[in-house]
Amino acid sequence: MRTRALGAVLVKGGLVGGLAGCGGTQSALDPRGPAAATIADFSWILFAGAAVIFIGTMALAAYGVLLPDRTKGVPPIRFILWGGLVFPGVTLLVLTVATAMVGNAVDFRTHPEEPLRVTVVGNMFWWEVVYPDLPGGPLVTANELRIPVGRPVEVTVTTRDVIHSFWVPALHGKMDLIPGRMNRITLIASEPAILRGQCAEFCGEQHAWMALFVVALDPAEFDGWIARQQAVPEPPDPADEQLVRGRTAFLEAGCGTCHVIRGLAEGPYAAVGQLGPDLTHVGSRLSIGAGVLPNGVGPLAAWIAGVQDIKSGARMPSYSTLDGETLTALARYLESLK
Amino acid sequence: MGRGPLRIAATAVLGLSGCVALAACGDGNAVQGNREVAGGEAARGKAILTANTHGCGGCHTIPGIPNAHGTVGPPLHGMALRGYVAGRLPNDPGNLVRWISGPQEIDPRSAMPDTGITTAEAAHVAAYLYTLRDIPK
Ligand code: HEC
Ligand code: HEC
Ligand SMILES: [Cu+2]
Repeated sequence: MRTRALGAVLVKGGLVGGLAGCGGTQSALDPRGPAAATIADFSWILFAGAAVIFIGTMALAAYGVLLPDRTKGVPPIRFILWGGLVFPGVTLLVLTVATAMVGNAVDFRTHPEEPLRVTVVGNMFWWEVVYPDLPGGPLVTANELRIPVGRPVEVTVTTRDVIHSFWVPALHGKMDLIPGRMNRITLIASEPAILRGQCAEFCGEQHAWMALFVVALDPAEFDGWIARQQAVPEPPDPADEQLVRGRTAFLEAGCGTCHVIRGLAEGPYAAVGQLGPDLTHVGSRLSIGAGVLPNGVGPLAAWIAGVQDIKSGARMPSYSTLDGETLTALARYLESLK
Repeated sequence: MGRGPLRIAATAVLGLSGCVALAACGDGNAVQGNREVAGGEAARGKAILTANTHGCGGCHTIPGIPNAHGTVGPPLHGMALRGYVAGRLPNDPGNLVRWISGPQEIDPRSAMPDTGITTAEAAHVAAYLYTLRDIPK
């Protein structure tokens, strides 16, 4: 705790002014959970230690250069022995033990509370998020990980294509997504927050737009969210012709070959595709395209007609072949899926 | 040798007149009509477009706005000079705000949806668009 206060003082003092912009939703220096807090504390200790050693070394060098007479008598072997072997040896030993202890402290596998289990599957360039064992059956969503505050969340990460890395700096360190492997990292959020995570292993042209929002909610709110997400959306009100048209258009344009909308699994154009994010409740998300646009009718229409302008290289074609009325209807329909 | 200064002077005069001629050509497209949007602040409009809350930049290329390079709709450079808004309404502040805030009321067949932008926000956006006076040649 004291070291974090030191860090705060350093930041406020402008000594590390460059880091001052690192507060906010995606910063390891602004931790919102115990693991990230421990890591941040340890980082400040390392930073302070490195600063002391650096200053000490520079002072010795200056001493030797400016006052050669005083240092002439010291045999070089003594410097090499103490400064080159004993001191670094002891420091590295202490750091090795400390690192192992920090590693243990941020590993919540032995946490007494039963964790919430989530699977995060990396895709170029979006995240599938699966809650496999909820009481009401599994839930699939995308690009947004909602978790209850205080409870450990065991995230199993894997990938459908290349290596990605799962990193929510305000909660924990990085965990790689490796083809054919299931890696685990357990997160705990200590307060309600909307945090941003980011793919941290270069995975292709849109790697930079492979973001993930983590929303930590009070447990009761979290349960409400799960219940809403598990519900199959009501079919649109037949009186709202535009929404009905949007739903038909979704199926007829073939969107269902890549996307799932639960409740649209029947008929010749079932929405059961597995190549893109599940859109059952896409209207409830904070963003679309893994953080590239905010949500809403305008951004949805822009995405559908111009995804290759917005996120070139994304694995979805631009649908600027749809006529204007259909495009608007489709965007309104998707936005209505709350 | 004696002609040196003369030549320099002549070149200077030529150069200067060239500059003057070019400068006169710069503003070939004059703004016609009123471009003052009541209640619109260009700086706030720019902030709204930059946040991309309504997806404008996903469909339009908009000068001065990062990440606004959509090609679904027309590029919005030179909006202050346009004769018509979307080829339908004479270009004036009222019509531009009307179009931005409710294109579907003007033509439900347009590919530009009602984005849910408020009239007040549309006024700010219109004020920003009226700062755009360059058409690439
Ligand atoms: C070839 C497969 C494919 C088809 C066909 C397809 N999509 Fe997609 N779609 C994707 C992929 C892949 C993504 C994720 C892109 C990314 O973020 O990198 C995506 C993303 C989306 C998103 C954003 C979802 C989110 O949560 O970020 C929406 C909305 C969407 N698609 C709508 C549609 C609509 C509407 C159609 C039909 C007109 C359609 N898609 C057709 C593959 C497809
Ligand atoms: C889904 C894509 C889409 C979105 C989102 C969108 N537009 Fe458009 N916009 C268009 C299209 C297509 C046209 C041409 C419309 C027509 O002529 O019917 C257009 C036309 C315009 C025009 C008239 C341009 C001209 O050359 O006369 C303006 C101004 C405009 N849009 C501003 C905006 C603003 C501001 C936003 C955000 C609030 C926005 N648009 C969002 C597609 C879009
Ligand atoms: Cu990546």
